[in-house]
Amino acid sequence: MSNRIDQLFAGKRKGVLNIYCTAGFPELNDTLPVMKALQQNGVDIIELGMPFSDPLADGPVIQDSSTRAISNGMSLKVLFEQLKNLRQEIHVPVLLMGYLNPVLLYGIENFCKKCAEVGVDGAILPDLPMDEYESEYKPVFEKYGLHLVFLVTPETSEERIRKIDSVSKGFIYAVSSSSTTGTDKNMGHQQAYFERLESLKLKNPVLIGFGIKDKATFDAATAHSNGGVIGTAFIRALEQATNLDSAIQQFIAGVK
Amino acid sequence: MKIAENTFGSKYHVDEKGFYGRFGGAYIPEMLYPNVEELQRNYLAILRDPGFQEEFDQLLRDYVGRPSPLYFAKRLSEKYNAKIYLKREDLNHTGAHKVNNTIGQILLAKRLGKTRIIAETGAGQHGVATATVCALMGLECVVYMGSIDIKRQAPNVARMKMLGATVVPATSGSQTLKDACNEAIRDWINNPVNTHYILGTAAGPHPYPDMVTRFQSVISEEIKKQLLEKTGKANPDYVVACIGGGSNAAGAYYHFLDEPDVKLVAVEAGGKGVHSGHSAATTQLGKLGIIHASKTLLMQTEDGQITEPYSISAGLDYPGIGPLHAHLYETGRATFLNATDDEALQAAYELTRLEGIIPALESSHALAKLGQIALKPDDVVVVCLSGRGDKDMETYIRNLPGNTGGNV
Ligand SMILES: Cc1ncc(COP(=O)(O)O)c(C=O)c1O
Repeated sequence: MSNRIDQLFAGKRKGVLNIYCTAGFPELNDTLPVMKALQQNGVDIIELGMPFSDPLADGPVIQDSSTRAISNGMSLKVLFEQLKNLRQEIHVPVLLMGYLNPVLLYGIENFCKKCAEVGVDGAILPDLPMDEYESEYKPVFEKYGLHLVFLVTPETSEERIRKIDSVSKGFIYAVSSSSTTGTDKNMGHQQAYFERLESLKLKNPVLIGFGIKDKATFDAATAHSNGGVIGTAFIRALEQATNLDSAIQQFIAGVK
Repeated sequence: MKIAENTFGSKYHVDEKGFYGRFGGAYIPEMLYPNVEELQRNYLAILRDPGFQEEFDQLLRDYVGRPSPLYFAKRLSEKYNAKIYLKREDLNHTGAHKVNNTIGQILLAKRLGKTRIIAETGAGQHGVATATVCALMGLECVVYMGSIDIKRQAPNVARMKMLGATVVPATSGSQTLKDACNEAIRDWINNPVNTHYILGTAAGPHPYPDMVTRFQSVISEEIKKQLLEKTGKANPDYVVACIGGGSNAAGAYYHFLDEPDVKLVAVEAGGKGVHSGHSAATTQLGKLGIIHASKTLLMQTEDGQITEPYSISAGLDYPGIGPLHAHLYETGRATFLNATDDEALQAAYELTRLEGIIPALESSHALAKLGQIALKPDDVVVVCLSGRGDKDMETYIRNLPGNTGGNV
């Protein structure tokens, strides 16, 4: 079991905290300093966003961070260059999250190979269809030991959740409500869905994301799951930060 | 009409998985899976239902005013020394071909039990056509439109509002058609149960390209009948159409796709020139990519970011093309040309003076290339006149030769 995501969940089954941040945001070279600060403050998983011009599943906050990162000069080429010595300093699991188009153009095999080289453990590509992954790309991801994480939503049927559980590796990303990122749908209304997911006893750990912004929402999301993902609220904290380190420390302290 | 005949097995029709050759598919995030899967599962059965077809035909006839005339343009024919016919989609209710699709999709949405309709629009023609059918059926209607397009197509914004639609400006990215489409998709993600998305062109995730094409195929079905009556021959030598996402072209080509003697000509928006950096000629500038959940030719940077297209015509200002057209381009089944802003304007002024018809700026792109196709006097050419120019009057007046910018 060499993948850091698997190692993490082997030792920790509750309250796993995954933080999303857009690579190259707020400034181009903030990628690693932000990751280091997250690690120092006890974050369990880092999900690095690969910015895309047309992020269909994202609300305005993550859209804006992507636009800014792209105008800062972020691209997959630049990102892998920044991550060249990732594992000298970062020991927590790292996933890359982003849309399929830039990855396709970069080349799926090239992408997986680079991830393995720099020590990225997993990827989330929300618009890569599961069928196509299975028929075309799965052997490539497996060859390079890169875990691909799939999403489920409150509208996903049990049959499809089971199918996703059989294909997903590392964990399952359960979207808390049917929405784009950053919409404030009430987490309290989703308890029945979280309980239903828990009762399915899936083989993968489940992390819940979308709508977590503080300790109360984190606790609500993780009562019936293995942990949660925070994106929009963290990006907002970075947007407003005058000092990144203290902003990150303060933000994480407000969640844990 | 036979909008749902089985076409699997044809080289130019969609396959069971939603692909035209290597183009198409449904590259959607999981949040859209239930909506899109519901459509994929149901659309052909609904389109095949005799009750549906009867209602669709009746509305096209009595409400839209179909069949639209196939007009022999005598003076235009003399000018280009060929037999040129105009398929008069500009005479449809609401002024463009777009309404053929919105009638079909609103009937489908009702059968799926949807109560709320969303749409994207560029030129505003699809937005107007959607707002119109929503008023007709008493359904809530929200239309997303790029902020730049809201300014350049003001009459259509007013029409949508009068029809009861809410027009929401898309302020992200290039603030044009692509961004309006992004916002509509985001709305759909946030409203997965009660909402149907009436996409306005032959693009987007499967089954939209095929579904929209089938609704628009009434155009080529009528052309065949009308040509036979007028000339004794059902097949023209050329069918010429402009391409934004490709719905009027797909509809005009449909019944000729498998007839190799009919030459298909597609005209993209060249903007200020293909290599000027201000263009929307996707087949010339694009590479394989994914836009709005469809794998197709796409204008993008070397890092895979979608680039901002440009055209004087809001309806052609799109960095992709529908997957059918990417396939027609790659297989060589259709010839792709492009017309610049200036060429399109000149063609509009020419048609106006020769035939007394003011065309939409989009359609003017198709007209602009008549001089570039090597026509013989006996050639029968059908140009899809996809819409009328009312919405473009401000642009036409501003650019009239000799107009130096003052009031007219
Ligand atoms: C009159 C007219 N023609 C053509 C188009 C381009 O769309 P498509 O390529 O889907 O036919 C539009 C789009 O707004 C339009 O309004």
